[in-house]
This record gives sequence, structure tokens and C-alpha cells, in this order.
Amino acid sequence: MRAVAVLFALGAAFLVFKVVQIAGRVDVVAAAPPTIAEEQQIDASVARLNDWFRKHWEKEGANVAEPADDLTVFRRLSLSLFGAVPSLEDIRTFEADTQPDRIDRWVVQMLQDSRYSDYFAERLARSLVGVEQGAFIVFRRDRLTSWLAAQMRNDASWTEMTRELIAAEGLWTDQPAANFITMARIDDDGLDENKLAGRSVRTFLGQRIDCAQCHDHPFDPEWKQADFEGLAAFFSQAAISLGGVTDYPLDDEQQDVVYKVTDPGMSDADARMIPAAVPFHSEWLPSHGGLRHRLADWITHKDNRRFERAIANRMWGFMFGKPLHEPVDDLPHPVDGEQNALDILGAEFRAGDGRLSTLIRMIALSDVFRLSSESTTATDEDYTAQIRAWSVFPLVRLRPEQVIGSLFQAGHIRNIDQNSNPLIRVQKFGNENDFLNEYGDLGDDELLQQVGTIPQALLRMNGRFTADLSKVDMLTAANQILNLSPDDRAVVENSYLACLCRRPTDEERQFFTDMLNSGKPADENESKTSTKPIRDRAEIMQDLFWTLFNSPEFSWNH
Amino acid sequence: MGSSYECFAFPRAPNMTSTNLVSRRTLMQFLSACGVSLALPGMSARAASRRREERPKSLITLWMNGGMSQLETWDPHPGTPSGGDVKDIVTTAKDIRLSEMLPQLAEQMASCLLIRSLTSKEGDHERGSMFVKTGYRPEPTLKYPTLGAIAAHELPDPRIEIPQHVALASDRIVPEGGYLGNQWDAFRVFNPGEDLANLSAEVSKERQADRLKGLSVVSRQFEQRRQFGAKATLHQNTLDRALEMMTSDQLKAFRIDDETSAVKTAYGNSSFGRGCLVARRLIEVGVRSVEVNLSGFDTHVSNHEGQFTQARILDPAISTLLKELRDRDLLDSTIVLCISEFGRTPQINPAGGRDHWPNWFSCMIAGGGFREGTVIGSTPHDILDGKTAAPKDPVLVPELYATIMAVMGIDPGKEIMTPIGRPMRFSDGKPSARLLKDDVASAIIRS
Repeated sequence: MRAVAVLFALGAAFLVFKVVQIAGRVDVVAAAPPTIAEEQQIDASVARLNDWFRKHWEKEGANVAEPADDLTVFRRLSLSLFGAVPSLEDIRTFEADTQPDRIDRWVVQMLQDSRYSDYFAERLARSLVGVEQGAFIVFRRDRLTSWLAAQMRNDASWTEMTRELIAAEGLWTDQPAANFITMARIDDDGLDENKLAGRSVRTFLGQRIDCAQCHDHPFDPEWKQADFEGLAAFFSQAAISLGGVTDYPLDDEQQDVVYKVTDPGMSDADARMIPAAVPFHSEWLPSHGGLRHRLADWITHKDNRRFERAIANRMWGFMFGKPLHEPVDDLPHPVDGEQNALDILGAEFRAGDGRLSTLIRMIALSDVFRLSSESTTATDEDYTAQIRAWSVFPLVRLRPEQVIGSLFQAGHIRNIDQNSNPLIRVQKFGNENDFLNEYGDLGDDELLQQVGTIPQALLRMNGRFTADLSKVDMLTAANQILNLSPDDRAVVENSYLACLCRRPTDEERQFFTDMLNSGKPADENESKTSTKPIRDRAEIMQDLFWTLFNSPEFSWNH
Repeated sequence: MGSSYECFAFPRAPNMTSTNLVSRRTLMQFLSACGVSLALPGMSARAASRRREERPKSLITLWMNGGMSQLETWDPHPGTPSGGDVKDIVTTAKDIRLSEMLPQLAEQMASCLLIRSLTSKEGDHERGSMFVKTGYRPEPTLKYPTLGAIAAHELPDPRIEIPQHVALASDRIVPEGGYLGNQWDAFRVFNPGEDLANLSAEVSKERQADRLKGLSVVSRQFEQRRQFGAKATLHQNTLDRALEMMTSDQLKAFRIDDETSAVKTAYGNSSFGRGCLVARRLIEVGVRSVEVNLSGFDTHVSNHEGQFTQARILDPAISTLLKELRDRDLLDSTIVLCISEFGRTPQINPAGGRDHWPNWFSCMIAGGGFREGTVIGSTPHDILDGKTAAPKDPVLVPELYATIMAVMGIDPGKEIMTPIGRPMRFSDGKPSARLLKDDVASAIIRS
């Protein structure tokens, strides 16, 4: 029995050793470079966008930053599409691809990765239903997010998704798009038409008319209270029943459902009857069909430029961390005959069957996305002008889930994705939730530019997440880099690549190799004779990771 | 203290690192030692000794989370259909009778103003909380700052090394900086009186020094080619402030182990009680605004028992807080506001509970020059179908907050340009003389 136990233990130890060894390989073999499907060539569209910006910069007299290096662009892509810095595994594969169009091919590959579909689904869900969990009985945010992820995976049309969301019918579990409607449920009082109208206009048309619920828009004479009420009326037939979301054209007394508004201080008897009406271009509104179907057709109508400009601005915001026009859902009215960057993106989006991937690729391949964040301007005012003109890549603070996603990814050599060890995935899930609770969530304001807070800095410096992910432990990157890199120079370089996606400068390399050197005797004889304290190299390695995790470069997209 | 050069180094600039800088605290200690007067309170004995009108105003908000029942606390109606089983008791204020559930507080009522006629239109917890914490009804396109965040934003004290906006026994809804920015969100402490999370470096001083040295090398590389952009991130500034806080003596204000057991017992053995004690300590240091949260008022079932349970926690804590502030001559400079997101229905439901009732509710306010031993507003005695009834002499939340701001020296009409390009006033209300002592009102309202 004892022999069997010993054999078993040896076998288990060997397996653990192999797992660690395999997981710890720093020299990752390059995968085959991705290819681009013929129909996805969008060079001409990107050229139009670049041309617009070139003219814009000339007109503004903007000081245009130099192009960023490919690794920096790769980090931006990974942060915006996966919500984390690239793994050392991905960096190695990317660097092994030496073709000039490698960024384009990588974007295509990344758009087919489940990390992209899962991450973008969560971000889109925020714009559709916010972050509230809502009433569990009629609202399942998780189902909506899963549905969105499936749409992303299939490269579905945003136009079609929008129609489904607005006109969804059925159970919120069976028809996940219906959660867009049930999100507006009021306790014991049906659906909040105002909330649905305000959210629909903000999300799908990129404009804020919420204040017109009570009065005409104070700054925009084109939005009247009547416009808001007319739009809200399109949701008046929607109701929640045991069968899910349904449109009821007739009420309990078999009368036509009519949307009524009772003004403050007035009784129900004085309620005003509000017909469903759109604020402009009523010719786009179909004359037949359910109210929500008609509204969905009007919003997504091929000539409704607000629809395409809204999603183009949001996708720009997702890619840069900062929308082209701020706030993301307060766009000016489109001007007849004018073609700005949003219009160019929007037109290509339409031509690409309303696929979000078209917008993402155009933005990723544009000159603007490739600009460096380094600026040579002499004054703060000049830098502000550069930022305003988009002639330098903006510094944007990472979103909370990007911070923990990056900490977790940098703490491991290989990609953390659906193929990862289940234990690591469980650990990531738990870490993410705990971290977000402590770090704070941005809620609906995810594209609002904010600086960091002291509690966030304290959490990054002293919290258990940084401690766990920087320590030299069996499966951590710190351990594998320390033990499998050929020399200290490579240790520092690999650590920089894993955490900051760049190589260290000479000064940085020198500083940290010196630090690592203090962890070993100068020569073999010295170990016997020297009284110099020798530092624990595992501690030095942890300190190196701690330092990189707490650097501004780690916490900001640049 | 080091060389004279170090002594007179510029105290702090956003783009300077903590490793090559004399800390603000060191500078202040040096100035103190040189006999330079500190006009504002800090942790130093001289500063902390400032009292009464010399001392800048601070705010303590006691947040009764879930919807405190006015009928079981501030506004009892015994013997009426809506009154339930609660009786009222006399207090040290001649005209105020209080619920029997608050016997200790009854002894403090001579120092308090009761408002029984607050009104709101928000009957949902989250929306109600946002309204009562900010004075503005929530809207989807703009987040308003809470009263505490405005106070911290408008009245910063450079001598305070710990956050000037603190939430103790915090719950899910954080007092936020809103459009002022998340750096004005309250610093949350979930278990007041216990060690603070994330405030100690996990390594020795030597290793921490090495880490910070390495950090300055990496940061320099990033900043040198992004001079203006990196400065605008305030990353280094935030880091420096966090490091400063980690080693600050003022952190002692968060601890209660040097308080006597008699004091701790007086506040009550509860998270809220310890929170009130920590609040008093924070105010003594000079922290501008503190919120202490007490959850559990959402009594849709068994209202009487539920409110009584909460009152047993509230009563000793708030009473001891008021007493201690007065004994230490801090009540004139500290506004204590006890408030909730809404009240509860006059009707008692079949489960013996009371539901949400924003139509009228109460709050208590003490200190800072507010009227004492006075009640404003009254509510109907026996309304069981009173949805259209209204309280007499209603007080609007914006009016209350504008008055608090004015007392603190903040202009409630000040406009701030919000991130969405819309100018907003801190409050839509006007300061109200009826809430203030006559001399304070004439000084503030006239000016």
C-alpha cells in the first residue's frame, strides 16, 4: 500500500511539475497569423476618415503627435476589446508576426475571440439598461448580457438588435431582448413609458431629451415637451403579463389604449390624451403595425443619421475610453450636407449592414487611433488644443474592470480566457467582483472622464489583489518569469512586457537589474565570506511587479 | 528636521513625488515648532483646541437608511388611528413631545430643532436617498453631489491629511461627489472603530522605500514625454496623498481604543454607535463632513418592533454624540443632521408594517446656530386616506440644505459648470431664517 501511495504521490508531483512547467513557458510559440476575409477590406473607408482628420488638423492648425509603436497600439486594442492588457503569450505571438498589416489582422482575430464578445456585451448592456439589477422576477440582466454576447459573436447587425430590443415580446428569460423593456417596470404600476422614451433616445439616437419630460428643452429649441410625450406614447401599449412583454391595443374594457399624461397638481380627470408621434421626419414612420415596431422602424430608418452617429460615437468611446463627442449621448443635431467624422463612420456602418465590427475596425485602423500619447507641446494650452483636435492620443483612466482585468492578466503568463484552467477562471471571477466592490463602479457614467481617488490608490498599493498577483507563487507570472527567464535582463524585460506591454528603457533596466542583483552574492566565494545582507529574490520580484502595477502607465490608457 | 533647504521646500506640487519631497506634515510640524500659528484645526493640540465661532463648521449626517418612521420617532400621534402603539413623552424642550422609543434623546431636545414637515416626491429607496442626500431629484443625465461632498469641496483644509468626506458604517449607496468628481466621494469605512482596510503597507519600511524609489523611475519615464497630460491625471498627486494618509497621526481619529469604556458604552455596542464616536473624533481633527449610516428602517412588516429595534441603537448614540459635542464646546461649530430618505405611511398595513411615505417626514438638526428646542411643521392626526393631505408649514429639502450651506459659509447659489456643459447651482433653495437662531439668521441672511 505504501509503495502505491508513494507512486501516486510521485505521479501527482510530476503532473503538478508539468503543469507549472507548461504554464510557465515564457518563450511562447507563435500561432499562425490571422488572415482577413476579402469582404472585410475597408481600406477606402479608413482613408476617407483619415482624410477628414487630416483636413481637420490643418484647419485647426493642430500639432499632430507622432505615430505610436505597434505594441502600444496592441495594448490599446486589448484594453478596449478584451478589458485587459495583452498577455505575454499574446505579445510574443504578435511580435512573431512581422507582416506590415499585422494590426488589421489582429483586430479581425480579436473580434472573433470570446473575450471581445463577453466584454462588449457587458459594456453595451450598461448603455441599454444601466447597472441596476432591477426586479429579479421580471428583469434578468444576465440573460440580456448573454444575448448581447451571442450577437457579438455572430457579428449581428446593431440595426436588427435595436429593432429587437425596442419591439421585444415574450418572457425576459426566453426572449432576453425583452429585458430592455422590463427594466422600466415600476412596482405595481406597469411600465414607465418616460424611462423607456428617455433611454431609447439616449442610447439609439445619442441625444438627451429627458428634461423635456417636464418642460421644453432649455438649450435645444428643437426638443419640445410634446416631442417627449409623443415618443413615450409609443410604449403605452406595452405591458408585462405572465406571458412576458406584450402589446395590448385594447384595455380591460376593450377600449383603445390611450397614453394619458396628468400634469402636476391636476386630477386624473384632467389628463391629456397623447397620440404616439415622432418629433421629425414622420414620413419614416410606418403607417401600420404595433406602436413599438413602428418606433423601432423609425429609429433605425436608413435616413435617420442620428441612429448611426449615436452608435459611431459610442464605439469611438469604447475604443478610446473617450467619445468623439462628449457626453456620449448628447450629440448635436446632424446638419444637412455636413460630413464630419461621425457621419463618415456612420455611413460606412450602414454600408456594412450595421455591424459593430465595421466601426471597430475603422476606428482601430484610423490614423487617430495610432497616434502617440506623447506630446511635445510647450504649454498646457497647446496640449489642451491638441486633445480637442484629437491630434494626440488622449490619456484615459482605465475603467475599474480594466484595472482588475489587467492586474489579473499581467499576473499570469498565458491568456485568461474560456480555455484557461477552471481554477484560474473561478479565481478571476471572485477577484473581479470583490475588487469592483471595493474600487467602485462607474455605473452608467462609464465614459465620463474622472481622476482616481485615494481609496483606489490605497487598494492598488495595499490591497490583497496586488499582493496576490505580484507574489512569486506557483502559477503567477512573477514566479515563471523569475525562474524561467535566462538572465536578470530578461527578467526585467519580461516583467515590463507582461505589465506595461513595452520594454524597459536603459535606465529602468539598469535600476531593476541592480535590484535583482542585490538578491544574489557577487560571486560564489562571496557567499561564504561577505556580511552584505542578501535580499530574497522572490521579494525583489514582487516589489518589481508592485512597482509596475502602481505606475501611472499601468492605470491609464495611453 | 533636516536641513534648512528641506524645511522650506515647497510643500507639495501635483507632479512631485513623495520620495523627494518634504511632506506637508513635516512642514506643518516645523512651522508649529517655530511658533507659527495654525489658524485652522488639525491634529495638533493648539489647533484642536479651537472652539465655538473660531472653528470652521463641520457637518455630521446621521442617515437613517430604509425610511425611518416619523410616527415612531420624531412625530408621534398617540391615540389616533395613524399613531400605532407608540406613546409620547415629555422632553427638555417645552413644546416638543417625542416618541417613548427615544428617552435619552428626549433629554437633549432643548438643543435640537425638529422639522416635521419635510416633503418629497420620491418613494423609491434609491431615488429617495439621492434626492434627500443631494437636494435634487435624480435624473439620468447628471449626478448631483451630496451635501457632504459639497462641504468638503468648498471648504478644503490643507492641514487635514485624511479624507475630509467620510462615510461610516457605509452601505451600498455612497455619498458621492457627483458632477464635482469622484475624488469627492466619501471615504467609506464599513466597520468603524476597527482597523481601516488597505492603510498599511504589506512590507517593511525598507522595502516600501525601495518600491517607491522604483516607482519614481517608472513614473518619470511616463511623465517626461507627457508633461501636461500626466499632470492632468493627478495620478502622482493621488498616490502622494494616499501615502501621506498611510503614515498620518490623524488616522488615530478612526480608532477608538484610547476612549474609556464608559464612553464607548454610552454610545452603545453597535456599529452605528461606534460610528458616532468616530464621527466625533473626526470632527475634532477637522474633518469637514461625516455621514454615519444606520440601516434597518424599512419596516413593511412589524413596523413597531422594527422601529423600536432601531431606536434602541439610535437613542444612546445620538444622545451621547450631542452631549459630547456640547461638553467639548464643539456643538456650535458642528451641524448634526438626522434624516432619512422618506417617512412611513400613516396607515398600518395588514402585516403590521408601514410602507414608504414621501409626502411628509421628519428630521432633527442640532448645532451650528440652528434654532434649539423648537419644532417646525405639523402633520395631520388621523389620516388613513390622506394621500392628498399636506403637512402644515412645509419645509423643502433644498431650503434646508441651502440653510446648512449658508451656515457653513458656502454660497448655495454658486454655479458650477458640470461635465455635460450645464451650469448648476449647489442648491435650488434659499437660506431660511425660520430655521436659524435670530442672531445667526440676521448675520447670515443679511450678508
